[in-house]
Amino acid sequence: MAIEGADIIQAAAFLGAGLSMGLGAIGPGVGEGMAAAKACEAIGRNPNEAGLLTRTMLVGQAVSESTGIYSLVIALLLLFVV
Amino acid sequence: MGYDIQTWVNVAAYMGGALAMGFGAMGAAIGEGYTAAEANAAISRSPRATGEIFKSMLVGQAVAESASIFALVVAMILLFMNFSAQSYLTVATVFAAGLCMGLGAIGSGIGSGFPAGAACTGMSRQPGMSNRLTTNMLIGSAVCQTPSIFALVTSFILLFTNFSDRPISPTWAALLGAGLASGLGAIGSGLGGGLVAQASCEGVSRQPESVTPVTNIMLLGQAVTQTTAIYGLLVSFILMFKSFEATDALSPCAALIGAGLCMGIGAIGPGIGEGFTAQSAVAGIARNRSAISELTRLMLVGQAVAESTGIYSLVISLILIFVV
Repeated sequence: MAIEGADIIQAAAFLGAGLSMGLGAIGPGVGEGMAAAKACEAIGRNPNEAGLLTRTMLVGQAVSESTGIYSLVIALLLLFVV
Repeated sequence: MGYDIQTWVNVAAYMGGALAMGFGAMGAAIGEGYTAAEANAAISRSPRATGEIFKSMLVGQAVAESASIFALVVAMILLFMNFSAQSYLTVATVFAAGLCMGLGAIGSGIGSGFPAGAACTGMSRQPGMSNRLTTNMLIGSAVCQTPSIFALVTSFILLFTNFSDRPISPTWAALLGAGLASGLGAIGSGLGGGLVAQASCEGVSRQPESVTPVTNIMLLGQAVTQTTAIYGLLVSFILMFKSFEATDALSPCAALIGAGLCMGIGAIGPGIGEGFTAQSAVAGIARNRSAISELTRLMLVGQAVAESTGIYSLVISLILIFVV
């Protein structure tokens, strides 16, 4: 069975998309989980500030999410653009 | 295999780009999450300092993010630059460049999160110290970023140097080894440097009057922690710029990849361990300034012992490059 050159490039792009998103999902998951865990502890200790703490948690998680979004962008580029 | 060189270059560039961003996203996100967690704990303890804590969280996260932005830049270059495929060596360079930047961003990203988190905690304790704390945090996390900058330098050299006049074998192995040495070697130093900076931010917030010795010893401890990343950079420069004789045998290639792996993996442990040492030394100096000379001496002796395995790795990889 002969495999075309373009085919193997496409195969590498698909494999790469999987690796990029898979590895890239590890960090944000761990990091955002830490942020949420501390937020729960903090609200438990000081429920009056629940609104403020939820806002801080969400902003912090949004920044931590950014690297996951970079991975998503690279994975989508590998899937549909290159 | 009947594919032309350009096919393999594209395959390697896509795989390299994917690995750069995949690994590169790991560290910064963990570090930023740690910072956000500490900021939340700090705000719940003293809601009046919310503004300062929030600002410090965002500044610290921005520094941690820089490592993953380096990885994003390298991934974009790999995806969209047209590499002229002069020889099969281009395949090795684009893959090694991606791998190097991805691995190199892990340690610095996690490490930079530690001082930022400690600065947020410190502001809830001492709201009046926020300027000193921010300065100290920025100095500490800037030093944490240096290993990822070493990896960036190595991957740019790999991408933009023309290696095509070298013999394909064993140069491909040397270039791959160079990427591994610099990328893996950055993990430990980035993490270790972060631990030291964390202790110094904590120290400044507990004992504001000891800010000068704490910052100085932090820089000394971080400098020693960086040494193993510098060994990794050194080995990868040797691998990139030494010209090797052409050979058809497999063993010289294996020796060169082995040299890169040896220095890269061997640098992780000493980097983290020296970070632990300097972390405790800085914490001790913040508590008890009068013991600064004893603590500094003990820290340096302990770090020297921890360094020994990194030096063994350097020796073995130099033997692999120059002797066997």
